[in-house]
This record gives sequence, structure tokens and C-alpha cells, in this order.
Amino acid sequence: MFDNFPLWPVRASTGAGNVDALYIFLLALSAFMCLAIFTMILIFATRYRRRRGVEAEQIEGSSALEITWSIIPMAIFMAIFVWGAVIYFHERTPPRDASEVYVVAKQWMWKLQHQEGPREINELHVPVGRDVKLIMTSQDVIHSFYVPAFRIKQDVLPGRYTTAWFRATRPGVYHLFCSQYCGTMHSGMIGQVVVMEPPQYEAWLSGGGTTGSLAASGESLFQQLGCPTCHRFDTQGRGPNLVGIFGKPVQMEDGRTVIADENYIRESILSPSAKIVSGFKPIMPVFQGLVGEEQLNALVAYVKSLSPSPVGGQAGVSLAPKPQYPKE
Amino acid sequence: MATVAVTAEREHYLNKEYGIRSWLLTTDHKRIALLYLASITFFFFIGGFFALLIRLELLTPAGDLVQADTYNKLFSMHGQVMIFFFLIPSIPAVLGNFLVPLMIGAKDLAFPRINLLSWYLYMIAGVIYIHCIVTGGVDTGWTFYTPFSTAFSNTRVIEAGIAIFIAGFSSILTGLNFVVTIHRMRAPGMTWSRLPLFIWAHYATSIIQLLGTPVLAVTLLLVVFERAFNLGIFDPTRGGDPLLFQHLFWFYSHPAVYIMILPAMAVESEVVACFTRKRIFGYNFVAMSSIAIAVFGFLVWAHHMFVAGISLYSALIFSILSYLVAVPSAIKVFNWTATMYKGSISFTTPMLYAFGFIGLFTMGGLTGLFLACLGIDVHVHDTYFVIAHFHYIMVGGAVMGYLGGLHFWWPKISGRMYPEGWGRLAALLVFVGFNLTFFPQFILGYMGMPRRYWQYPPEFQVLNVLSTAGSTILAVGYVLPMVYFLWSMRYGKIANDNPWGAAGLEWKTSSPPPTFNFDEAPEVTWEAYNYEEIPAPAEVPVER
Amino acid sequence: MSDSPIAVEQHGPELLHHFVDAEQQRDAATLGMWLFLATEIMFFGGMFCAYLIYRYAYYNEFAAGSRSIDIWLGTINTAVLICSSLTVALGVRAAQMGKRKLLVVLLLLTIVFGLAFLGIKGVEWYQKFEEHHIPGHSFNADDLVKEYPQIHIDQQHEQIYFSLYFAMTGLHALHMIIGVGIFIFLTYYAGKGRYTPKYYTPVEIGGLYWHFVDIVWIYLFPLLYLIDRKPLR
Repeated sequence: MFDNFPLWPVRASTGAGNVDALYIFLLALSAFMCLAIFTMILIFATRYRRRRGVEAEQIEGSSALEITWSIIPMAIFMAIFVWGAVIYFHERTPPRDASEVYVVAKQWMWKLQHQEGPREINELHVPVGRDVKLIMTSQDVIHSFYVPAFRIKQDVLPGRYTTAWFRATRPGVYHLFCSQYCGTMHSGMIGQVVVMEPPQYEAWLSGGGTTGSLAASGESLFQQLGCPTCHRFDTQGRGPNLVGIFGKPVQMEDGRTVIADENYIRESILSPSAKIVSGFKPIMPVFQGLVGEEQLNALVAYVKSLSPSPVGGQAGVSLAPKPQYPKE
Repeated sequence: MATVAVTAEREHYLNKEYGIRSWLLTTDHKRIALLYLASITFFFFIGGFFALLIRLELLTPAGDLVQADTYNKLFSMHGQVMIFFFLIPSIPAVLGNFLVPLMIGAKDLAFPRINLLSWYLYMIAGVIYIHCIVTGGVDTGWTFYTPFSTAFSNTRVIEAGIAIFIAGFSSILTGLNFVVTIHRMRAPGMTWSRLPLFIWAHYATSIIQLLGTPVLAVTLLLVVFERAFNLGIFDPTRGGDPLLFQHLFWFYSHPAVYIMILPAMAVESEVVACFTRKRIFGYNFVAMSSIAIAVFGFLVWAHHMFVAGISLYSALIFSILSYLVAVPSAIKVFNWTATMYKGSISFTTPMLYAFGFIGLFTMGGLTGLFLACLGIDVHVHDTYFVIAHFHYIMVGGAVMGYLGGLHFWWPKISGRMYPEGWGRLAALLVFVGFNLTFFPQFILGYMGMPRRYWQYPPEFQVLNVLSTAGSTILAVGYVLPMVYFLWSMRYGKIANDNPWGAAGLEWKTSSPPPTFNFDEAPEVTWEAYNYEEIPAPAEVPVER
Repeated sequence: MSDSPIAVEQHGPELLHHFVDAEQQRDAATLGMWLFLATEIMFFGGMFCAYLIYRYAYYNEFAAGSRSIDIWLGTINTAVLICSSLTVALGVRAAQMGKRKLLVVLLLLTIVFGLAFLGIKGVEWYQKFEEHHIPGHSFNADDLVKEYPQIHIDQQHEQIYFSLYFAMTGLHALHMIIGVGIFIFLTYYAGKGRYTPKYYTPVEIGGLYWHFVDIVWIYLFPLLYLIDRKPLR
């Protein structure tokens, strides 16, 4: 029991240091406040303990003191808020050219698929120093993707995509936990993130028998399902041309404009009547029940690949996901 | 109706009538308080038993004591029992029921029959929940998150939901009774600014109970309907939104935590004032801070959802509001501490609990700052850090407040003194056991141990073992008062009207009080906490 | 019991012993009822919240669902409830003026209106039953899909409309039933002459409850029945 007794999680991502710094500041602040209050109580309890003949002195209060010890904590709280908000904002805004991994959570395992094609179960191999964006959904209940060493966590929801991102900084094997209670084997939904040096990662990548990139399998699915019948690569189709649309605003027939992100593509496949593109009729068949989560991921990846990508990165603009259903 | 004893005994609320009907059909707020005392103690031990099993399982990394499904039921029911059947009623239904009319100089609450109805609703809910436990229990976590609770769990979700729904009405009616009583039944001269801070805090608590609980009721109702009639309101495969459930649920469940802590703060003010023999420093600020907590407490619910998939901007708003609600609590801690300055302090059992409360509530409250902080919360959300945080507040704070209050008003309630030596020992055991149980969990949480884990990686074991060790000490600390309180009812030293020399109308009537509280209706011409006019008792009574 | 003999003479048996005087008792009862109504607002409010969110998200399905419930029955019911609130208000006034017979008549009329409301609601629900619009296993909105070819109706989303429709009108109807029960009690005691100009608090607070249930309906009616009365595109 005692040979493995750490008291602090390792730092293995670019974000971890910032989180730890803020945490240590809060620890110090709390320790100081506790010390201050406890010392005062100790002093008062000793000095003003009940003695014969000594009466308590009735003191009504002090507005000045009240205002002081309201304003100063408030100011400190605002500083903590801003510091934390900056970290959070950074943590929820994936870099534009991050490489993407699609994650499907189900009771009680993690299924991961790299952009380049390899699939993994309960394990995620990544290279050091690369931005990795996770595009995640659940097949059943709410799960949560948690890697303590990276200080990242994001709930994984059924019915929509959520995203998280990290850049690993040191090789090693780190815990991956499910941190949203999801049923019987919630505590068994443990995996690991394997961070490798880039050469080792490339070797791993080409080692396993891959079935081609995710976008490529998406393309063959696109053909199989008959999508090009309407989604032609010109303007003659009964459905919109999908080239170049990813990440751009799309005008709906009811006047709304939405950004064509992962959630939009997914919704258009599963529930096409939810949003009709301006100038088109609502005739697209419903694919809910006909495609599984991983097939959806492949199709989304394919549509993304039809849009120009920033230099050196993956297809499409990576945006913070819009919820499929009403905004919270 | 005269009662005869060896020595002629004065008539009071306990001996006025005997027999089970006189208890089960009583409308006397003091008897109803004791009915609640018995029932919530029963549920406390059920919830505590579940906790002990949880801690035993967590002694080893492997899941080897109970099955995974059983463990999931244990933590779910531990949470539901402790929150809905112990903490939320505890201080208001026991001490509040007993003391609110006494403290304001009234003969009873505004609606005594509704008060009894409140207890019966609680008991009906309790029976249904016990039935739920013995017929398989519920494994959704105390939070009932959808779609797991609506479409995936195979346990008795509907029954648990109905039980808690009914318990909610008990809570609403208690709150309603208190608000009307405080508004309309204060004795002549008892102005708002002369009210004990206990009353202010219970008033704030009651507002939350009134306005928040109905939202939980309708949310649980929708979950029950969805399960029973196969609807799709929260089911994403049918167009439903699981996050809608979370918003509705937390809209009540966050203010609920203030229902649990404000009454303990109420007790704290009374105990600190008495055992420093001083008016509470900054009375107006402490009174108003209770109202502020009640109001702001309704504005922060989505800080439980920072990683749930809400928008970035929602998260920012709820984080900043959560810092706002921390300020009134800090104000209270500073004021209680300042009250000790130039006081005349005694270290009786209630005061020991009061010291413990300040320490542990401060620590719990400070860790709340960590959780309100967006950058940190991402890492520690749904880990043992959160568990440690809320246990510091709810056990280190609310339960210690409850126990301190029970000890403080025990002479008034029972007419007897509890044994002081044992009282102090129990307080110490609770304090030490509590810290040993829950402090390691902060470390576990930051290290990344998620909550609701039946099995865990081996590097977390040492801290879990420490935590379990602490829980056994804590358990002893909780059993002791039950034993000596019962003992004292027969063998305890007889208490006079005001053994502590405390201020407050409740101490101006006999211990125990007569059925209608005061032999003569009081008229108040003095300010609250007029300790300069009350002589301290020659010695603080001690029972050897 | 603990009141002095003088106090006992000055009030009737309806003054409960823990109150100082009749005015305090009446004030307490009224404040209590207002607070209870506040809790009811929060209760219905949760469901209204869920309804508004889904209406925004699934406007087409909600519009179709709204058109499929009988607006005429809904309108009649609205009129019925408004009339019942009138009889309630007049009843309180009758009590204030000590007109026992009139009070009884008005209370009875209120009950009749309430029962009429429930009956009409039953008819509406039966209509829904016949059209297979009751959520659950036998739910089927094919008729709406056919009726509105120009918009795509997702039957799952349609079921959410009807789930909320039944939850909200069902809970409202439950409150109506409780209200009718309360008014039966009031009528009985009014018949016995219990309510006088000095003491008619139960009539007053029963009236408050009834008015509240009426107001909930005033909100439900447009939200459920009047979503989209324009011809659909």
C-alpha cells in the first residue's frame, strides 16, 4: 500500500501548470485565512475566557469593519474569478489546427478513432507536443472524459457532440477516468492515455492495420448511402453542395443563420427537417437509426475534409460546438 | 388534568397528557418537534449505516465487499436519506419547530394542524422510501441525472422519486408555517430588530423552502411520468434534453444546501452569544446576510454544470455570481469571531460545537471558492474534492450546528441536563473523526479520484484507509449523544428555567415549558442579546 | 383554554386558542394562502419553463399539436372558468354581507362551473385518445404528418408536445378537482351558517385558491391552444 503513495497528480499537459498555479494560490490563500481566523479565535478564547468579576463588553458592531471585510474578500474573489475564467476560456477553445480524435462513450467503455484511421478501445495514443482535439458523444447516458494528468474534463452527452482539447508535454501513461456516474461499471470505465515521443507515435500509427483515414471511410459511406444523388458537387443537386461549407455560416429558409459545425452536420443526418437550407425543400430522408455513432463520426470527418483546411492541420475550422438542442 | 408524582410535579408539555394518541394527534409544536427528533434520528442512522458500508468497501482498491450495483445503491441512498430525510428537516423541524414560537413569544405556530400534517407527510414519505430500500433501492445517485434515471436504471426510481416528492411538501409546509408565524404572531414589543438571529436565519430558510422545493417537486414528477409513461422529455434519442433536467434539478438543489446550512448558522449565533455573554457583533449585518444568502442562493445553480456542456458565457456568469454568494457567509464568520473579542467565554459542549462549526465551515466555505473557480472546477468537478467540500459544510457545519443546538436547548426541551463530561468528549470525537475522515478526500480529489467509484486505482488506497479510520471515530462520536440524551431523560440533573443564563424569551419560561409556552403573555421591552442585564450563572452547570 | 374568561366571551368557537384575536387569525390565514400560491407558481413555473424551451426548439411540431386540440372547447372552458371566478368573488361578497342563501347559491354555481370545466376537459382528452395523441406506446402522429405536408413533423418531438400538454393540463385539472372538493366543504358549512360577516376567512382563502387555478389556466390556454393560428407556410 505504501509503495505507491503520491499526493499530487503529475503534470503532463500545457494546461496543467496553469491550473496548478491557481490551485496553489488558492491553497495559500485558504491556509492564510484559516490561520488568521483560527489564531484570532484561539487568542480570544484564551484571553477572554470567563473569569470571575470580569464582564463581557457589549459592542454593537462597526460598519467600517463590515464594509472592509466585505469589500476586500469581494476584490480577492473577483481576482480569482478572472484568473480562473482565463484558464477556462483557454481550455474550452481548441486551437484551430488541432488534430482530431473522435470519441464515443458507451456503458462502459471508451471507443476512440483517430483522424488518420486507427481505432482504439479504452486507450488513446498521442504524440508529445501536438494539439489534440476530442470530439465526443455518447451512445447511451451521460459520461465524462477526465484525464487528471492533463487537468481536463468534459461531460460526454448523448445526442450531441462536446469537445475538449489538450497538448501533452511528457511521455507516459496516464489515467483516463469516466467521471459522470453512468451505471454499474462506472468505476470500471477506466482507460489510459499513452503519450509517446513523435517518432514512436508515427511508428505506432503505421504499425497497426488501419483501414485508412476516418475521412476516407466517411467518403465510402457517403457513396454507399446514396448521398451524392442529391448532394452533388455542383449547383444542380436537390441537396446543397457540401464542398467548402464546413465552418461557414449557412442561411436557413426561416431566416436563421447557423454555422455548419460538427453538431450541425450530425443533426442534418439524423433529423434533416430541423433546419432546412434556404432554397431547398425538406425532402432529405431521416438517417436516425440507420447510422451508428462511429459512422456518423466518419461522415462528419468526410464533410469536413471537403472544406479547405489551415496549413498543416486537419480539415475544417475547429469551433466550440454549438449545442444541437436549445442553448443552455 | 393533574399528574401525580412522588413530589408534586408542575404541569408542562411533556406530562400534560400521556398515551400514544396524545402524541400522534398532538398539535403542540413542542411535541411535534420531538416526533421529528425521533424520526430524523432514525433516518440519520440509516444513512450513516450506508456511509459505513461505503467506507468499508473503499478500504481496498478492488470492489470486494459488495457488488458494483449494490455500491451504486449505497451511495445513492446515503445521499438521498441524509439530504431529504435528515439534513433538510433536522434543525428547522426539531429546533425550529420547538423554538420559533417560544422565541417570539407566541403560544404556537400559526397553523398547528398543518404542522402535524407536515410530520405525517414526512413519515409517509419515509415509509415509502424504506419500502424502496428494502425492495431493491435506487442507484441513480442522489441527483437522478437523466437519461440514466429515466431510461437506463433498473431500480426503483419511481418509488424514490415519489417519496422525495412527498417529503418536499413536508418541507414546504414547515417553511410556510414559519414565515406566517414570524410575520403575524410576534409578541407585543418584539419588533423585527429585536428578533433573535435564530429567527432571521429560519425566516430566510423558510423562504427558500417555499420557493425552491416546488421546482424539485415538478422535476421529479416529470421524471416519474417519463419512466411510467415512456415519454421523451429528457431522452435525447427522442428529442429530449438531458441538460434541461440538470437545470431544473439544480435550481432547487443548490438553494437546498442553504436550507441545510442557514439553520446551523442560526444555532451558531445563539450559542456564541450566550457563551461569550455578548450581543452578536454586527447584528444587522448578520441578520441581513441570511436574507442575502437566500436571495443570491437562487442565482447560482449552474455552477454544478460547468463541464456539463453549457455555454462558455453561462459558465462565466454563474461563476461570478457564485463568488457573490460567498460574501455573506464570510461576513457571518467574521462577525462571530469578532463577538468573541472582549467577551466572557465558557467552554461548554454547545460552545465546543460552535468552535468546531466556525473552523470546519470556514474550511468548507473556502474550498467552495476553489469550486466556483472555473479553471479549477474543470479538474476537481465530480471528484472527491467536491465530496470533501460539501461534507465539511453539511457535516462539519450543519450537523455540528444541529448537535450544538440540541445540547444547548436540551435543558429547555427535556427539563434535564445532559452529562457535560460526556458531551465534551463526544464533541471532541466528532471533530477529530470528522477531520480524519474528510480532509484526506481533498487530496484524493485533486489527485483525480472520481466520486461514485466502487473500485479505484491502488495509488489512492492510503488516503482512503485514513478516511475510513476517521469515519469509525466519527460514528462513535454520533452514537454517544444518543445514549446520554436518553439517559439524561431519566437520570439527568433537573434543569432550572435558564441554566446557561441565556438571553431570549424561551429562557424566560420554565424548563420544560408549559403547553401554551408562557404562563403570562410576554411583552418585550428590551433588545435582543441583552446580556448586560442578565447575570451569568454562578457556575456553568456540570453533570459529573 | 388559557384565555381569560373575558376573551372567550368576545369571540366565537372559530377563534383558535393560539391566536390573540380574530384579526390575527384572519391575517395569518390570508398570508398563509398567498405564500402557498407562491409555491404553486414555482411548481407550475418549472413546467412552463420546460414547455417554453421545447416550444422554441420544436416550433413546427408544437404549432401542429396546438392546432390539433380543439380551440372552441378551450375557449368555452376559459369562459367557464372566468365565470366561476366571478361567482367566487360574488360569493365572498355575499359572505361579507351576511347573505347566507346567496352565498350557498354562488358556491354551488362555482362547483357547477368547475365540474363543467372538468367535463369539457375530459371530452378534449377523449378526443386526443381517439386520435392516438396520448403519449406512450400507442402514440401516433401520422395524421398530423399527413395534414401538414409542408413542414416536416418529427413524431418524437410531437410526442414531447403532447407529453407536456397532458402533464400541464393534468396537473391543472388535479388542482381543479381539489378546488371543487374545497368548495364542497365550503358549501356545506355555508349551508350551516358558519360564515358570517365577522368570520368568512375560509371563503376568502378558498376564493384565493380558486382564482389562482383560474389564472394558471389563463396562461395555459394561449400557450397550448393559440400557438400558431396563421395558415402554415
